[in-house]
Amino acid sequence: MRPLTEEETKTMFEKLSKYIGENIKLLVDRPDGTYCFRLHNDRVYYMSEKILKLATNISRDKLMSVGTCFGKFTKTKKFRLHITALDFLAPYAKFKVWVKPGAEQSFLYGNHVLKSGLGRITENTMQYQGVVVYSMADVPLGFGVAAKTTQECRRVDPMSIVVFHQADVGEFIRNEDALT
Amino acid sequence: MGRKLDPTNKVKRGPGKKARKQQGAETELAKFLTDEETGPKRLSSRGRKRAAKRVQKKSAAVTEEKPKKGFTDENSKWLKPAKRKRKIDEPEDADDSDEHWEEEDDDEEEEEELLQKKKDQGKKAGKVGVKKVEEEEEEEEEDDDDEEEEEEEEEEESDDDDEEMVDDYGTLDDGDEAAAEEEGDSDGEDLLPIERAAKKDKKLKEALDLESDDDEEDDDDDDDDDDDEQKSDADEDDTIQTNTDEGDKFRLPGAEESEKEGVMPLDLKTIHQRIKDNIDVLCNFSTKREPGKDRSEYLSLLKKDLCTYYSYNSFLMEKFMDLFPLSELVDFLEANEIHRPVTIRTNTLKTRRRDLAQALINRGVNLDPLGKWSKVGLVIYDSSVPVGATPEYLAGQYMLQGASSFLPVMALSPQEGELVLDMSSAPGGKTTYIAQLMRNTGVIVANDANADRLKSVVGNIHRLGVTNTVVSNYDGRQFPKVMGGFDRVLLDAPCSGTGVIAKDPAVKTSKDEADIRRSAHLQKELILAAIDSVNAESSSGGYLVYCTCSITVEENECVVDYALKKRNIKLVPTGLDFGTEGFTRFRERKFHPSLKLSRRFYPHSHNMDGFFVAKLKKFSNVIPTATAGKEDDGAEAPEATAATNPPEEKPTQSDKPKKTLVKEAGSSQQKTNGTAKVKSKGKKDSTAGPKKAKLAKLDGETAKKTEKPAGTKAVNETKATRTDKKARKNKTAMKAKNRMGKNKFKKLKHMLQKHDG
Repeated sequence: MRPLTEEETKTMFEKLSKYIGENIKLLVDRPDGTYCFRLHNDRVYYMSEKILKLATNISRDKLMSVGTCFGKFTKTKKFRLHITALDFLAPYAKFKVWVKPGAEQSFLYGNHVLKSGLGRITENTMQYQGVVVYSMADVPLGFGVAAKTTQECRRVDPMSIVVFHQADVGEFIRNEDALT
Repeated sequence: MGRKLDPTNKVKRGPGKKARKQQGAETELAKFLTDEETGPKRLSSRGRKRAAKRVQKKSAAVTEEKPKKGFTDENSKWLKPAKRKRKIDEPEDADDSDEHWEEEDDDEEEEEELLQKKKDQGKKAGKVGVKKVEEEEEEEEEDDDDEEEEEEEEEEESDDDDEEMVDDYGTLDDGDEAAAEEEGDSDGEDLLPIERAAKKDKKLKEALDLESDDDEEDDDDDDDDDDDEQKSDADEDDTIQTNTDEGDKFRLPGAEESEKEGVMPLDLKTIHQRIKDNIDVLCNFSTKREPGKDRSEYLSLLKKDLCTYYSYNSFLMEKFMDLFPLSELVDFLEANEIHRPVTIRTNTLKTRRRDLAQALINRGVNLDPLGKWSKVGLVIYDSSVPVGATPEYLAGQYMLQGASSFLPVMALSPQEGELVLDMSSAPGGKTTYIAQLMRNTGVIVANDANADRLKSVVGNIHRLGVTNTVVSNYDGRQFPKVMGGFDRVLLDAPCSGTGVIAKDPAVKTSKDEADIRRSAHLQKELILAAIDSVNAESSSGGYLVYCTCSITVEENECVVDYALKKRNIKLVPTGLDFGTEGFTRFRERKFHPSLKLSRRFYPHSHNMDGFFVAKLKKFSNVIPTATAGKEDDGAEAPEATAATNPPEEKPTQSDKPKKTLVKEAGSSQQKTNGTAKVKSKGKKDSTAGPKKAKLAKLDGETAKKTEKPAGTKAVNETKATRTDKKARKNKTAMKAKNRMGKNKFKKLKHMLQKHDG
């Protein structure tokens, strides 16, 4: 476990800012203690200082997870957000998409959101903007990238994709082994 | 020219496929008419349902009336053992009745009365119907319209009365009285005037038959009532019935009979009956025994029968027979055949129980609150969607978790901001419950020895939004070396799983003595490691909860008793207001009297998995000298005793005075520790561990002997003075440790303590 290098921090924050914009600040400076990012097994974990201190007791090969896993660095040094980061993306998300109850299931199985399943969308969403996907009951279901702007969404035909799927909570079941 | 006709390749002519598909209405009609002519009227789908229900009700009423099982807690509402799934080769009717007695247990009597009334009504109606038919026959041609109206009316009537509307295929040979009535009735109703003429004679005959049928039915009913009294569940079985009717006493099979049995095994039904009779005799042994027969003969037969009937191995059955009184034994075994209700735990980090219940109800899940004792549990009766894959589940609003898994965490009652260790955490149900009780503050270390199973822990932790967890993959036995100073430790020890046979029936045959002994040994090592990880000086905690999903005494009371002797701990109330008390004595063994503070849960009395929970408080970080040298070989020491000669181990431990005075012994040990420890610990580095341990043990024992006369009153006194003593002792202990700088582990331990401070 080690702190992130400059480069890694930059890559990760760039990725994060696609979803939560300048709210990243809120993740780092928290009123309830110091929180930090740590790299372990190519994965980035977000934890409080207190937990970090205790986690140092555990040897590297025996440590499975600390705090919350945000994502991982691929072999090509790109950062990939995991669904486990949703808990921290959802409250700070700048752009949101709500899906209708009928389309919930489809999204949770890893499909893109179609116009027909689109319940609501934040105004002024740009194309390729990172968005968090909610159910109509305001339960965060995952995140993705807007395929169209809000204006375009109004006009397109019902079967066209409006949000590209990136991660959904269905992965907790589908993809448990690869979560961390 | 033109094409030549190929004689080998004949093309079919005539009506094609489609033409054949559709049949003329006349064929349909013919079917319809014959149907009506031969059989009674076909009912609507609803009518059939009602009829099926009625038949079920009837059979339910007829079956034995079991006494309501006594639950010890408020779980009784939902915790009624569900219907049994196990299939025996019983006739279908009996099976049906078996399935339904539980649900209709309560209002069975009412039901019966009602049924009786309805039958009477039915009889009357049947007769009236017949009369009507006769009348109508005379004027059949004249007023078709009128009659149709009448029919409708009648139908309405029968709609009102569920019991009237029945289907009647094959009910006559079934001996179902009311159905027979219905036949008369419906015949009267549904026939068209044209058909009526043709069926005149037939109906008259039937009408005559009805009367005689009634009589027969009444007789049958009487028989059934007898059955009720006899509590025989095989009400169809004539031989058994007559046997019990005559009041035949249960007789042990002779040698030649059992020999015959070896060649040609009895059928399960007979065995079941024999088990019942046998238990009946054993419960009233002095009055019902066969003279000259020994109790052990009865017992061995019972054991053999139970093993065959429920397919256990004889070792496990013996264990259960020791554990439960005979009256409970069968209940327990039966409860193992059915699954426990599915329960879920609300994740209060993300939602509230009421909101979750509403959301799930909207998805077509039928649920109820778990019971008064839990504010977060919901029990699922049935569901139209998979409960483990709803969007709510995926969003981490709840966790699928057995009711019994709530208990150890509730007993642990972690406080906010504490440092908690979950020693064997997979799959994370209890860990996340701890986190939710701590509201994501403090730190939880979730450990498990199995790396594969840890994946589910990681998944569940993230799904439920728990952020205060460190997941590690150590063997629990090494844990005090990794880190210590925990405020609370939960040890859900790996066990033989004798409490969860319903979940995993393989346990029935796969476990034997060696398995139990092996897991008991592992548990002893783990509990010592867990105790050593607890920080007794913690202001809010210093607690350890030990639990297993096994119900054998070897894995529970024995382990805790062992720990009581080896470490400075005491049992405290678990804070669970139900469950049966732990054993303080079991067969030849006697345990510390405070073991009654532990709690046992059984499938048959609490309708949760078999479970054992004990809460321990550590009152001193000092490890008694009786186990000096153990720290170095914490793992080996128990091995030395437990692994080499486990059977002997207990008798020596259950040395009587020791048992009753364990507390004094402990404290006396400490007293002597104050003086003797310095000596012994000083020597420790030079002398070999095991030898040392023996010496120290001797010290302890002599000290105990001197303390013995002090009696039980001394307990309180020592308790009172314990606190200031503790302080002194710790000082001395620290000093001693300082001197032992060479020992690597000591160093580590010291560092840890410093770190905590």
